[in-house]
Amino acid sequence: MTQQQPLLKMQGITKEYFGNRVLTDVSLDLNRGEVLGLVGENGAGKSTLMNILFGMSVIVQTGGYAGKVFIDGKEVSFQNPFDALKAGIGMVHQEFSLIPGFTATENILLNGEILHDNIVTKLFGPRLKTLDLPEMRAIAEKSIELLGVEISPDTLVAEMPVGHRQFTELAREIHRPEMKVLVLDEPTAVLTESEAEVLLTSLRRLAATGIAIIFITHRLQEILDICDRIVILRDGQVVKEIATHDTDIGQVAELMVGRSVDTKAIATATYDTQQETVLAVEHLWVDMPGETVRDVSFEVHKGEIFGIGGLAGQGKLGIPNGIMGLCPAGGTVILHGKPIHLEDPAAALAASMAFVSEDRRGVGLLMEEPLDWNIAFTAMQVQNKFLRPLLGGLIKWRDDRAIRKVTREYIEALEIKCTGVEQPAQELSGGNQQKVCLAKAFGVEPNLLFVSEPTRGIDVGAKALVLKALRRYNSENGTTIVMVSSELEELRSICDRIAIIDEGRVAGILSPAATAKEFGMLMIGKLKNTDDKVVSHA
Amino acid sequence: MHRLRQFIDRAGWPRIIIGLVLLSLFLVAPHWGVRIDASLMDTIIRFGMNGVMVLAMIPMVQAGCGLNFGLPLGIIAGLLGATLSIELGLVGVAGFAGAIGIAIPLACLFGWGYGVLLNHVKGDEMMIATYVGFSSVSFMSIMWMVLPYHNPTMIWGYSGQGLRTTVSVDGFWAKILDNLLAIHIGPNFMFPTGTILFFALMAWLMWAFFHTKTGTAMTAVGSNPDYARASGISVDRMRTTSVILSTVYGAIGILLYEQSYGFISLYNGPFFMALPAVAAVLIGGASVNKANITNVVIGTILFQGILTMAPSVINAAIHSDAAEVVRLIVSNGMIVYALTRATRKSR
Repeated sequence: MTQQQPLLKMQGITKEYFGNRVLTDVSLDLNRGEVLGLVGENGAGKSTLMNILFGMSVIVQTGGYAGKVFIDGKEVSFQNPFDALKAGIGMVHQEFSLIPGFTATENILLNGEILHDNIVTKLFGPRLKTLDLPEMRAIAEKSIELLGVEISPDTLVAEMPVGHRQFTELAREIHRPEMKVLVLDEPTAVLTESEAEVLLTSLRRLAATGIAIIFITHRLQEILDICDRIVILRDGQVVKEIATHDTDIGQVAELMVGRSVDTKAIATATYDTQQETVLAVEHLWVDMPGETVRDVSFEVHKGEIFGIGGLAGQGKLGIPNGIMGLCPAGGTVILHGKPIHLEDPAAALAASMAFVSEDRRGVGLLMEEPLDWNIAFTAMQVQNKFLRPLLGGLIKWRDDRAIRKVTREYIEALEIKCTGVEQPAQELSGGNQQKVCLAKAFGVEPNLLFVSEPTRGIDVGAKALVLKALRRYNSENGTTIVMVSSELEELRSICDRIAIIDEGRVAGILSPAATAKEFGMLMIGKLKNTDDKVVSHA
Repeated sequence: MHRLRQFIDRAGWPRIIIGLVLLSLFLVAPHWGVRIDASLMDTIIRFGMNGVMVLAMIPMVQAGCGLNFGLPLGIIAGLLGATLSIELGLVGVAGFAGAIGIAIPLACLFGWGYGVLLNHVKGDEMMIATYVGFSSVSFMSIMWMVLPYHNPTMIWGYSGQGLRTTVSVDGFWAKILDNLLAIHIGPNFMFPTGTILFFALMAWLMWAFFHTKTGTAMTAVGSNPDYARASGISVDRMRTTSVILSTVYGAIGILLYEQSYGFISLYNGPFFMALPAVAAVLIGGASVNKANITNVVIGTILFQGILTMAPSVINAAIHSDAAEVVRLIVSNGMIVYALTRATRKSR
């Protein structure tokens, strides 16, 4: 198989977004009938690589890419997804792109309908051709059958269970005779275990017909089950290409998560395990779209920096949003021995907790308002700071001078680059906006600070500054910090203990000194059925 | 050149163009025998009459509820205050104060219901607000007929029941503020000091409100509701407060209008009040989610100025008696222009 010319060859692919390099010299080959597993952490470059292959407009708009793509030995460069479709590349996305009000048949043959001439077309042109419904139905049935599932071609997509929608989407891609390469981006994420099994079987069957498949998932076991080869991406580079039978899940997890532990970063002298418990969370559930928390319990000690990690969509972001009352939630949250009323942001803030949201632009900032408002607002509303009582307290007058003063202090302390306190938040760069969010949270002088994805979307230099600010605030004020992040390395460099969330539950709590392999195993849910194995180094 | 550019950027082309048109109308007016001093007085009086109703736009815009097309609801509260004050036989200062005193609680009540309604239709506030205005006017058209008013100055003479379409406030509180401390210069010019002072007081109260804790929270709700919620603000309560405030300003605004105009326009009268107020604030440079007092002052002067000057100058120029037609064309033309300028500042 290796002797023949590869069906798809990507060579030296390099891609930058606004000077930020996301892919560096990535090469991969794919043969007919082969299933290739593509794994990597969030942000490792998987999606960018597939967007390049599929000619997504985001790539062209941001200046294209360097490197070459060959299909059947011919160099191609897709300007849009239609080119890619014509060349025989199909993609099944994580989010469904189906029309809910159409039947399975209509969705599968969308824009590829079988048409017949009729009397009207002679007069008014091809737009009025008749659909050949029986023929379309037969084609749809055939491609559903190929997948080995039973879906009536006449069912409306809106009435299908999630699994069937996934199969419909797959059927749409494979019904085309020119289909050569099929890209599946987290196809099993929404499926139950048995549905996922059926899907994997169908993929094997498809591969046997000569279609090559690129399979992206974070469920490593699935990769091991069906892939011939595995390509592991980290920080935009191929770290390893390996045949499935030569490896095991532990090795893949370790390669994916990364560098062996950098011991210099782990210097957490401030933390003492004997300290009292500040926050106790028991059986918390949070209904946050895309980040559902099912049943989470943990304790945070005084003065600690507690990390929460895990892959995207597993529920780690739901935890702070639930505790701070921003999403529907239930369970018990006890702060300093007092239960917190959930689903009420005012109560959470009044209990001296503060939250730096992961959604900086959406929740964290008043984009059109000046910096002083952004920084002082929460403290003003929750704690009546920066207000002057008039008429015996009847009127609470905003003290603009005090607000500007405190804003200038924070601008200096956190090195926020801006033209002054009057500058609107939207004019700042991402890193400086993040510092404004931190200043807002510091402004309420919390006992417990939640920080969610503090370094998302900001450059390396700003990352270090933000982390430094958090660490300093923790050590100077003794503030307990709970930090949620997708970047494990970041958590390991600053946290005292790290909880890994998988499928809405705590998979385990580790010391930052634990090995990459241990973290990797927890992240991919390998230990979730064996509770006794949950390790706690702290 | 640079400073000119800066000025244009700050003022915006629409205001500069309308300002230049207004200025040129004043310049050409004497040519056709239109007196400038009389026109200036008309403009100032109209500004005072309408100003508070334009101020009523600010709270809802700032709280993110959009432009208050439902202003007729507040105006109805004002009309109820005015007619009840007359019914009670209150005259002079007591009459005007009584009208305001009765109108405010009614406006609070109406505004509360209106606010609760708008909280259920987030994103479509302006459409729903328009219909709130329409339906409240229609409902009150019935009520003006059946409510048991008895004061003979207000009810239909022939049947003895139901209010007339226009009720004169002569002998009650007509021109009570216009004439307060009025400054007369020459035979054709009078400055309505009381009305302007009253507007200034209402504008100052609005300014002051937005410098309090609640006012700050309201602005934040309009700027980014999610941010406000994460800071422990009840978004719905702030929005309702803004609607109540807007409705109260509408009620007081119509009373100021009536004392100057000399009549209370019932039935379909409130219909025609919302759009000019909306247009004025937009011409003044407000967007659908940001408005301030400067926008109100500039917009009202420009809108009412054009509305005063264009018909009289055009009439004199073409020697016709089409004043009412020209006024309607100009007024609705300006409204259309302003609505096309309605921008939503992107987040």
